[in-house]
Amino acid sequence: MLKNTLFPKKEARLYMAFMHVTFASLLIGGLMGLLQTLSRSGQFKLPFGINYYTILTVHGVILGLVLTTFFIVGFQFALMGKTVGISDKQRKWGWIAFWTMLIGTIIAATTILVGQANVLYTFYAPLRAHAAFYIGLALVIVGSWIAVFVNFRQLYVWKKANPGQKSPLLAFMVTINMAMWFIASLGVATSVLVQFIPWSLGYAATINVLLSRTLFWYFGHPLVYFWLLPAYMAWYAIIPKIIGGKLFSDSLARMSFILLLMFSIPVGFHHQLTEPGIDPTWKFIQVVLTFMVVIPTLMTAFSIFATFEITGRRKGHKGLFGWFKRLPWKDVRFLAPFIGMVAFIPGGAGGIVNASHQMNTLIHNTIWVTGHFHLTVATTVILTFFGIAYWLVPHLTGRRLTPKLNKLGIIQTIIWTVGMTIMSTSMHIQGLLGGPRRSDFSNYAGGEQVSTWISYQVAQAVGGTILFIGIILMIYIFIQLAFFAPRGIQEFPIAEEEVDADPTPKILENWYLWIGITVALILFAYTIPVIDIIKHSPPGSLPFDWPIGR
Amino acid sequence: MHLHKYEKIWLTFGLGSLALFLVIIGFAAFWKGTHPMSHIETIDPQNVEAHESFKPENLGLREVAEGKYAVNIVASAFNYNIGTDADGKPVKKIRVPKGSTVLFQITTKDVVHGFQVAGTNVNMMVEPGHVSRLETVMKNAGEFTVVCNEYCGIGHHQMFATVEVYE
Ligand code: HEM
Ligand SMILES: [Cu+2]
Ligand SMILES: [Cu+2]
Repeated sequence: MLKNTLFPKKEARLYMAFMHVTFASLLIGGLMGLLQTLSRSGQFKLPFGINYYTILTVHGVILGLVLTTFFIVGFQFALMGKTVGISDKQRKWGWIAFWTMLIGTIIAATTILVGQANVLYTFYAPLRAHAAFYIGLALVIVGSWIAVFVNFRQLYVWKKANPGQKSPLLAFMVTINMAMWFIASLGVATSVLVQFIPWSLGYAATINVLLSRTLFWYFGHPLVYFWLLPAYMAWYAIIPKIIGGKLFSDSLARMSFILLLMFSIPVGFHHQLTEPGIDPTWKFIQVVLTFMVVIPTLMTAFSIFATFEITGRRKGHKGLFGWFKRLPWKDVRFLAPFIGMVAFIPGGAGGIVNASHQMNTLIHNTIWVTGHFHLTVATTVILTFFGIAYWLVPHLTGRRLTPKLNKLGIIQTIIWTVGMTIMSTSMHIQGLLGGPRRSDFSNYAGGEQVSTWISYQVAQAVGGTILFIGIILMIYIFIQLAFFAPRGIQEFPIAEEEVDADPTPKILENWYLWIGITVALILFAYTIPVIDIIKHSPPGSLPFDWPIGR
Repeated sequence: MHLHKYEKIWLTFGLGSLALFLVIIGFAAFWKGTHPMSHIETIDPQNVEAHESFKPENLGLREVAEGKYAVNIVASAFNYNIGTDADGKPVKKIRVPKGSTVLFQITTKDVVHGFQVAGTNVNMMVEPGHVSRLETVMKNAGEFTVVCNEYCGIGHHQMFATVEVYE
């Protein structure tokens, strides 16, 4: 399929539907973020008696679960449409996926907004939200599963039509990400369907808290990889085209995605390191498995910078760093994801601290963690998603990213970088000093420690305000690209292989093998500890409504 | 699959550092005993008083031997019950001399809570049905804020206490 041909209208409409929800979520969630930082500064009170934890739940659910999932499913549909095509029937199922997810979102969001689900996006038992909250979340997941199977089917049909050919790289990557998402979300879906819904409706008297948390984190870590892999797709297979280069290595890209699939799931205990009731040896085993992701991460870093250098040198830029200076800094499609990559360096370093068996105790549940994922998700991933949106949205609407909008995009990127540097750095420092996360403003017992925390919370409000300005600007750019920019053809950039590239080994597409290893690793890491948790479970927990104001 | 020479160097260096790093944390965990808190002991969350340590009269600070202390705490939304003082008032501050060994034992009657003595290595989750237990040496003097760092409801940020380590 030609990259410069636009999608048929009815196809583009499906992909755009996901983008509209994404950017609506950004606005709503971003506003909550701003209110959180203002409230935590101690200088402002939330108006109309709004509860801090209501808006925090909205922020976490809408940005962490809704925005990300909608963008990813929509972007991946567009990638599949471009590389392997979509049939009419598949497109109809795509719409069913969209509506199921949207209805689920609306049900969950309404339940939160009326104050019946102040449980935060992790909804830890035995805090009990209204059943509609869990049902809404379950619908979002079921909707995403429909997308999973449509994507699988798309690749399968293409394979049948092109026997013996290797699948397009981006289609392969989408399939890996969806396989991971499906295997991982089985955990949280089991917990929601078997534990939470019957218990919240009163059919089950009690709930096994530790088991529900273990199932949640079996899902929770791969969730962050589900956010990250689409960014990697852009780094591996789209950015090279934007800077005028070629794919570094098709095989290495596939290999690193396979490793990410294998080592993303059997690692959830690194979120539960300070919990009672879990054998520390199993915690340690999962810590070791967690660190295996260092391998694909280093491979990714290498191939990205190698692409930059090879491309620059081919264009004739000399000297040790000549190629670096000449990267297309003024092209927002490059700059935004590039800053995302840079943010991943401190983000990754922080992640090493978090996952370390012992150092984790220092930062667990402090605001350091919030600083960490605003670098990784809310900068690395989000700036890459913005970088994608700058060309994807006009490509879908038959418009162009004009020089003026490009410039606004660059300003947006800078605002985001400044705001996030301030907010995230002050969160990291406050966290190291013991300041807790997920907490409204409080003087606690007073004293020096607390007043130091508060001064960092004021800095976070400054950063948060700058970030919110960035969000307004991004929404403006999105509306322009969606409805007002001049008509034209915006390129859908997909990098090609070198003409003399090594052939990709067949084994890299042996799905039985890779999914088999993934499942084996999961069974190894979880079977014994989960049996232990079930065998030694204490009396279950009754539901608690009043602590969340119900 | 072809690997570039520089990539081989890069990956060898990376994997070497990773292996060294894992050996260090493994050594610290299994030979030096620095595992994160992972106490395994269950309790009925509806009846925590049945456990010797959490009987109302056993809550709070006790000196168990010369320079050794135990603190028993029952967490509930949004309070740490650290026993009562001589006047029958709830204790909000735990005072221990510098250099003493302190064993924290804590459980919850309702939802999940956190227990962090900010500025020290005491940081653990408190979950219904389980006892969390951690022993540490209070090496530095000062006032340390105890915070609940796991969301437990709309009064979460009002759940705190103080540990004072005096010279
Ligand atoms: C205007 C920009 C943003 C601001 C000012 C902001 C601010 C905050 C603050 C202050 C918190 C922590 C509050 C607490 O622990 O009490 C928070 C939590 C969070 N933020 Fe953001 N944020 C922003 C953007 C984002 C984005 C773009 C994402 C994701 C894509 C995101 C995802 C999250 C998540 C998942 C949480 C955790 C919620 C929880 O702990 O329950 N944020 N944010
Ligand atoms: Cu994780
Ligand atoms: Cu709490």
